[in-house]
Amino acid sequence: MARIELSEIAHSYVPRPGEESEYALKKINNVWEDGAACALLGPSGCGKTTLLNIVSGLLTPSRGRVLFDGRDVTTLRAEKRNIAQVFQFPVLYDTMSVYDNLAFPLRNRGINETRVRDRVLEIAEVLELTSFIGKRAAGLAADAKQKISLGRGLVRSDVAAILFDEPLTVIDPQLKWHLRRKLKEIHEKLKLTFIYVTHDQMEALTFADQVAVMYEGEIVQVGSPQDLFENPEHRFVGYFIGSPGMNFLECTIDGKVAHVDGADIRLDEKTAAKGLEAGGKLELGIRPMYLEVHGKPGENRVEAGVRMVEDLGSYKIVTLRLAGRTLKASLSDDQPVPEKRAWLHFPPKWTRLFADGWRIK
Amino acid sequence: MEKWSNNKAWLLVLPVFVIVAFSAIIPLMTVINYSVQDILAPGQKVFVGTEWYREMLGDYRLHEALWRQFLFSGLVLLIEMPLGILIALAMPKKGWGVSVCLVTIALPLLIPWNTIGTIWFIFTRPDIGLLGAGMNNWLGIAFDHTANPLDAWITVMMMEVWHWTPLVALLAYAGLRAIPEAYYQAARIDGASAWSTFLFIQLPKMRGVLTIAFLLRFMDSFLIYAEPFVLTGGGPGNSTTFLSIYLVKIALLQFDLGPGGAFSLIYFVIVLLFSFIFYQALQRVGKGEKV
Repeated sequence: MARIELSEIAHSYVPRPGEESEYALKKINNVWEDGAACALLGPSGCGKTTLLNIVSGLLTPSRGRVLFDGRDVTTLRAEKRNIAQVFQFPVLYDTMSVYDNLAFPLRNRGINETRVRDRVLEIAEVLELTSFIGKRAAGLAADAKQKISLGRGLVRSDVAAILFDEPLTVIDPQLKWHLRRKLKEIHEKLKLTFIYVTHDQMEALTFADQVAVMYEGEIVQVGSPQDLFENPEHRFVGYFIGSPGMNFLECTIDGKVAHVDGADIRLDEKTAAKGLEAGGKLELGIRPMYLEVHGKPGENRVEAGVRMVEDLGSYKIVTLRLAGRTLKASLSDDQPVPEKRAWLHFPPKWTRLFADGWRIK
Repeated sequence: MEKWSNNKAWLLVLPVFVIVAFSAIIPLMTVINYSVQDILAPGQKVFVGTEWYREMLGDYRLHEALWRQFLFSGLVLLIEMPLGILIALAMPKKGWGVSVCLVTIALPLLIPWNTIGTIWFIFTRPDIGLLGAGMNNWLGIAFDHTANPLDAWITVMMMEVWHWTPLVALLAYAGLRAIPEAYYQAARIDGASAWSTFLFIQLPKMRGVLTIAFLLRFMDSFLIYAEPFVLTGGGPGNSTTFLSIYLVKIALLQFDLGPGGAFSLIYFVIVLLFSFIFYQALQRVGKGEKV
């Protein structure tokens, strides 16, 4: 069991990094509580895997410290940390049986064979691998192989955290769901810290209680899935989470009204006042599902053109044109979509203001 | 679409068939033709059936050459396979050292085979060769590959290992480079020692290339001719007379085409048979089944 704390972590693959752009990780401060199911979400190349390798000890960070339960493990080698890692592609010892694969980490640590046997059989049971425990691992399907990779971590009774590096990449879609549920089940049963790296928001949001969103080597927000959806701290979070992502409109503030090239949008007073204070490049952000689309003009509505309607079965995505900018709105299936002209209402409760990319609170 | 109209496709195979015919089938048929006849003079030949086969199979000099050949190929595989793997493991993984190592190691493979024989002949000559003279004059160890069978064997083995270990090393290196980094990372997390990593990751992952290396080295060493012919000419005595050298003696020097033909076919069958057996065995080893 361990609480994993990252303090001022920065990493560069360049031997003597100068500029900020040479850092794969810029400055990371984060805490993963003991026994939590956490996800690390971000686009390819944002530094997720680098961060994961620093936690597992495969990489030593250029700067900063890694603490497990307050103990500094920054320079401790991977095999000395009580951490296991599941990789993107199943990593197996091809010549060994499933049993020997699972027993390998224990045998390497000199644990006696009866204890190994108990432990391996116990974990095989949990992972539903018992039926082919004597078979060669190489011949199994991708999902079974990935379970074996996970099993090699679980067998170690001292393991405090398991790191997953996009573990479902090679799994068939219908099995993905099954395996993800299995992971949750194991997490609840064993109460280990799970850190799950992915670029798939669906995976992250369904798996984790706490999601950290990474962008260009930084963690831009840590929060519950709901938090990330409703209160994105950074425009990237708004854009990356949700499908389609948040709408952004560049604006100027005048009193409690935001001007978007001639269109006036009313904000709630507090937000508007803080926006005036903050300065910088101001942007309005609203989720497609909160943007109201009406067929008639009314109070606090702005006129927009309807460009396209995509019917996705249970809901519709409407592409709108407002003051030369494209917006998306998602409407429930039974709601009528106005033709050509529509009047939009931005509910102040759901309209967010961003200054230089960061949300004004 | 009628089934017969597809037969035109056979025309596409024709060029390959013609090439293979000229390169393999016709020469092979010629040899088979010689092997069942006694050619007394041009235009004067007698059909003798399997007589040459019986004679060659009972020839004690052929038996000797065959055991010599097995000993040679066995030693070649025993030395070159582990040595090649060791070199591959020791080679750098990135940076400028990679190209330097690859080119340096590949050099012996670029030299014509009879030139290699000549190089080693001069290198080990007791009077002027660096190695030969060095052993005799400076170290005081009597070494003469032209007079002493053991010295001749040592020289031939050294030459062979120098010439062909690079091939094994290059193949093994290619196999090693193809192993994804995640395997090494997983091994570290699992607490595997360097030896376990080699045994359970590197060696199984290199299986494919090592099978090729093994078969190539077996076949080539079993067929070796040019280098020992230049270096020792099969001597001293018959101590380095390998199968091919003996075959050339019979077929070209004595011009016994019948026995030579029979010998060639026996030789061919042995190589084919052993390559097949090794290939099957290596495939099974890789799959973890008992051989």
